[in-house]
Amino acid sequence: MIDRRFIGWKSEPVVVEVEKGQLRLFAEATGETNLIYFDEEAAKAAGHPSLPAPPTFAFCLFNLAGQPYSYLRLMGVDIACLLHGEQAFEYLAPYYAGDALTLATEIADITTKKNGALDLVEARTDAINQRGQLCVKQRTVLIVRNESKL
Amino acid sequence: MTSGALLWERGAELPTRTFGPVTRTILALYAGGSGDHNPIHIDSDFAHSAGQSDVFAHGMLSMAYLAQYISGFASAGGLRSWSVRFIAVTPVNATLTCSAHVIGWDESCGEATLALTVRRTDDGKRTVIGEAVIAP
Repeated sequence: MIDRRFIGWKSEPVVVEVEKGQLRLFAEATGETNLIYFDEEAAKAAGHPSLPAPPTFAFCLFNLAGQPYSYLRLMGVDIACLLHGEQAFEYLAPYYAGDALTLATEIADITTKKNGALDLVEARTDAINQRGQLCVKQRTVLIVRNESKL
Repeated sequence: MTSGALLWERGAELPTRTFGPVTRTILALYAGGSGDHNPIHIDSDFAHSAGQSDVFAHGMLSMAYLAQYISGFASAGGLRSWSVRFIAVTPVNATLTCSAHVIGWDESCGEATLALTVRRTDDGKRTVIGEAVIAP
């Protein structure tokens, strides 16, 4: 069982630059066909300053900042026992290739299900651009299977 | 896709869209594209040692497919907020079908609320459910 003292834990702010090549690889991997995610001229023709980030890209930012699963490691979670339970996004402002986003994560809750077989970790992450605008709010619920209880 | 012909009334079904098959190549590309290098999605040996029959897809890959699907009904930047629950894993090589129906329409701000479902195309089993608020 994950120690409940991690409820309310806040990450140090992490800054990650949104890179064109990474956005193109993400778009290719997800089968994206809209040219605005690959071609800067197409993006500009559609009114964007550069390649826009697609809707679920914000989830990747923490990994791309070089700190994948940082809070899970802190909690001693084995990533082999990890499942993604829920994910939510709220979009407040678009962000683009070349932007630098500051991420801050807080562990909002940790609960237990199925008689201790599962721990649910709820994290909330805000992404703020270099002008101080809040771009995306995220809520993530990760499910940790406690093998000994299954 | 044009949204002009669609009626945003409660219960209206939107056209479905199919993605995949989610091959091992796609999972490897998504690991690189997303920065999520969890070996449970790309390394069969690791998946076996973790008690899985094989690798399975990142939940966020299905959510990326759903994003493309619902963006087809929204104006540019018209996806406001959304949430999903991952209710079953997507096995490697599965084909996925996204569907949605209207559960609310707010005339004052021109926003529709959609109920979303992703199903495996082979057995119809639901893998992801959720809701989205979009401006068509």
